[in-house]
Amino acid sequence: MGPLAAIGAGLAVIGAGLGIGRIGDSAMSGIARQPEATSKIQTAMIIAAALIEGVALFGVVVSLLVASN
Amino acid sequence: MKTVLKTFLLFATFTLGNLSLFASEGHGEESHDEKPFDAVEVIMHHIADAHEFHILDYTDDHGVEHPVSMPLPVILFTEGSLDVFMSSEFDHGHADVVKGNHTYRLDHGHIVELSGLHPIDLSITKNVFSMFLSMVILLIIFLSVGKGYRKGNTVPTGLASFMEPLVLFVRDDIAVPNIGEKKADKFLPYLLTVFFFIWVNNLLGLIPFFPGSANMSGNIAFTFTLAILTFIITNVNGNKDYWKHVFATPGVPLWLSPIMIPVELMGLIAKPVALFIRLFANITAGHIIILSLVSLIFIFKTIAIAPVSVGFVLFMNVLELFVAALQAYIFTLLSSLFIGAAVAEHDHH
Repeated sequence: MGPLAAIGAGLAVIGAGLGIGRIGDSAMSGIARQPEATSKIQTAMIIAAALIEGVALFGVVVSLLVASN
Repeated sequence: MKTVLKTFLLFATFTLGNLSLFASEGHGEESHDEKPFDAVEVIMHHIADAHEFHILDYTDDHGVEHPVSMPLPVILFTEGSLDVFMSSEFDHGHADVVKGNHTYRLDHGHIVELSGLHPIDLSITKNVFSMFLSMVILLIIFLSVGKGYRKGNTVPTGLASFMEPLVLFVRDDIAVPNIGEKKADKFLPYLLTVFFFIWVNNLLGLIPFFPGSANMSGNIAFTFTLAILTFIITNVNGNKDYWKHVFATPGVPLWLSPIMIPVELMGLIAKPVALFIRLFANITAGHIIILSLVSLIFIFKTIAIAPVSVGFVLFMNVLELFVAALQAYIFTLLSSLFIGAAVAEHDHH
């Protein structure tokens, strides 16, 4: 079960990377269009990134559980 | 400020003065043949809770391994009787401790009683010690800051000038936008406590040596308790609109209720679950990454990889500093969002 757990963790990381990448992308274009809204956009970006990371870490936790027994 | 210094020095002396570094007589753990380095075991040992602060192992001239650690009190409640002793009596797992007619053995971190009784383990373990330490730190900081305000100066000086922007940040950027001006003050003590408690515990977990090496916020019981507290506070303060949204969502026809109500109830539970898993997984994952990068040196058994490894570890540690503050912020923000949703009064369509 060990290798499968590792593959599962890798897939979860792919999901997180794609999701946070898209957030970064739209945050960058938002800042580029309206530099004076930078701090608000930055705050929203960080919140959304933390939420997505939470979901990805669900997957990592499950992989850890499988791998440790 | 002098009183704070005195209190802190008192505490430091009390702790360090009791530090009896305990090196065991190696019980024949001959390490002549090199055991292959088991990275997983080392990492799990660093992340898990323990009854002692394990500092290092050294091998003496005869090849016998001596572990050096700082012992912590073990408090066991077995069938009505309280047994208290220092974990050094376990001799790092080599000796059984006999107290009255109870014989205890340390088995992979768990204390088992040999005649099958189940002791209730109330020991001061690494995590409990770390929690006490962070409570003392928070009390020292905030009591001294609060004293200045009670004397009537509105302009903060010293430590207060560092704490005031943080407290105002929690109030003006987290509590008030989500809960509303009128009700934010009621929940502000809880939100401030959660924010600073999680932040201090995260930071303490990043310090690699005593007194900071306990993985407190990566302990699922700790984060679960905080999430339960948020859950209780949210639902106890829910007003009629809130419960109407859960049990009779406006705009949904009545025949859909058997589906909607379980879904809404699961949504109620999913939010605190996400809260605690997020904090637990982020902090534990950070510790695992740092430990794995350091273990690289031991896996490759060469010092040439040390610059790379230490460089990565330095980068990860700085990132973990950021994550420490960010996770505290996110927990507090989401708690205030849920509380705000529970107490919101909105004009119905």
